Amino acid sequence: MRKILSAIALSALMAVASVATAETLKIGVAGPHSGDLASYGIPATRAADLYAKEINANGGLLGMQIEIIKSDDVCKQEIAVNTANKLVSEKVAFVLGHICSGATKAALGTYKDAGIAVMSPSATNPALTKSGDYPNFFRTIAPDDAQAKLAVDFTTDKLNAKKIAVIHDKGDYGKGFAEFAKMFIEEGGKAEVVLFEGVTPGAVDYTAVVQKVKRSKANAVIFGGYHPEASKIITAMKKKKVDAFFVSDDGVKDDTFIKVAGEYSEGGYATGPKDNSSNDLYKKAHAAHEAAYSEKAGAFYTEAYSAMIAITEAIKAAGTTDYDKVTAVLKNQWVETPIGKIKFDERGDAIGAGFSVYQVQNGKYVEVK
Amino acid sequence: MEYFLELFLSGLTRGSIYALIALGYTMVYGIIQLINFAHGEIYMIGAFTALIAASVLTIMGWPTIAIFIVATIAAVVYSSAYGFTIEKIAYKPLRNAPRLSPLISAIGMSLFLQNYVLLAQTSDFLPFPQLIPDFEFMEPISHIFSTAELAIVLTTVIVMLLLTYFIKFTNMGKAMRATAQDKKMALLIGINVDMVISVTFIIGSALAALGGVLIANHIGQLNFYIGFIAGIKAFTAAVLGGIGSIPGAVLGALILGWTESFATGYISSDYEDVFAFALLVLILIFRPAGLLGRSETKKV
Repeated sequence: MRKILSAIALSALMAVASVATAETLKIGVAGPHSGDLASYGIPATRAADLYAKEINANGGLLGMQIEIIKSDDVCKQEIAVNTANKLVSEKVAFVLGHICSGATKAALGTYKDAGIAVMSPSATNPALTKSGDYPNFFRTIAPDDAQAKLAVDFTTDKLNAKKIAVIHDKGDYGKGFAEFAKMFIEEGGKAEVVLFEGVTPGAVDYTAVVQKVKRSKANAVIFGGYHPEASKIITAMKKKKVDAFFVSDDGVKDDTFIKVAGEYSEGGYATGPKDNSSNDLYKKAHAAHEAAYSEKAGAFYTEAYSAMIAITEAIKAAGTTDYDKVTAVLKNQWVETPIGKIKFDERGDAIGAGFSVYQVQNGKYVEVK
Repeated sequence: MEYFLELFLSGLTRGSIYALIALGYTMVYGIIQLINFAHGEIYMIGAFTALIAASVLTIMGWPTIAIFIVATIAAVVYSSAYGFTIEKIAYKPLRNAPRLSPLISAIGMSLFLQNYVLLAQTSDFLPFPQLIPDFEFMEPISHIFSTAELAIVLTTVIVMLLLTYFIKFTNMGKAMRATAQDKKMALLIGINVDMVISVTFIIGSALAALGGVLIANHIGQLNFYIGFIAGIKAFTAAVLGGIGSIPGAVLGALILGWTESFATGYISSDYEDVFAFALLVLILIFRPAGLLGRSETKKV
């Protein structure tokens, strides 16, 4: 059965190849296109198709039509390497993908050896860029530690806190955020961590830990976790008259936090993804999706669309698909995308994409500029 | 020193919260040797009832203190009805079954009630209005000890005293003790055992509901799941103090509250639960029946 299937797939592929007689510029799209995580991978393929169609209708790129080569990694590391090999043998100029951090990491070595640059719309694992192992890797989504970095910078620079208490809910997300925050505070050297503690989610009250914060004389509390604990902590802080700023993460940037903590949430800060919905390119990208598929775009569609723009613009500016020249453009030239005006830093993270700080003002989250 | 006092008071509040729930656990266990796992859910239902009543009355423009009183009465009555019904449906038919059966039934009831509230209400956290106003005279020390906390501690003390009086000196209390000692013998001397058990469930549920209102008022939020963790902690407190003993439940709850509070304050809140449960293990090793529990000699 498998053999028959692959034979069909092969002949289908050959059919496609024979149709595309003229030389094309190939861009690979890798990610889970089937299986239970397909909903994360499909939007990227749609973004690639839609943007390629638009470019092709306007005369193509470097005089060639763009051809999108899709390759399914089912989000699995062991399959991702085969996926990568397939795209390498297709001689793609650039790869949009992969989607999952684990699969991305597994595949990156293969692309690196072949001299192919990769841009992921969704792989957020910090080590992918921070380790420096993969100079061919770029991404249009902020890494997991970016919001911790933003929260710390904001607390030390804008709020001028010298003593910071870092509290988390012991969960993967909250503790991860708190550990990054602690690391950045210590690296920054502008403030000291006076308290680093985990609280038990769902406990009946947090007065003891709030009293401890008060005793530590912290100017600010950075909390990693979700809104139920955050609202209890900020309420207890206000009731116990603890004079400290409250800064938290995306898990708290939720209207339920304001609803539950009520007046006590006033003045609290939280980081959250930048709101791009007023961006013209964002509107255009989403309008194209709705026109083509008559449904709302799925996860990472905006990031994938932005990546397509960044990739094609870089190739256009470089005038070639040469690896060194294209990556140099990516790192030096700003480009307008649905997620804002971005370029890439030395390690491949997008500058200008990512998170903003919000503050609760009059019962609403307002972006702090 | 002030820090010690702050932790002491925070532990006292926490302990009193556990005590209000633990009293119901311990009463039911004392009478029919059943660990009523659905007790935490009764507490949650009490808080929800009070929230609904308070929301309606707020729209009608009642004064806060009247809302508080009426909402509390509504919560107590409604929860007592739940406690009564649960006993009739889930435990009474199993009274002569092996001891494991009612226990499983209790766990089932707990899950049922959680999911029932989840479906009937919402899975979101809801804000609970502050129903007990902050008293003027408490203002200077409110950063250490607020009115809501005072209300919890006072209620616990009063409830404990009333319960002790009730069980020691009233006819119903005597009937309860008789039933606890020997159900068959109590029946033979003309005690309506079914009624005694029902009354026990009603009182236990009423206390849980009272706790639900006061605690929700203190922390300002609730959802369908709050009963689970509170219930587990209260159960621990009841075992710690000697399950079946009224003063034991309060003592156990206070010790648990202080252990957690001081462990958080002086060591780390990461290990709050570790200390609480390590203490439980230690006490049970040296006093298997709990601090104030009587160890029963088995008659062969």
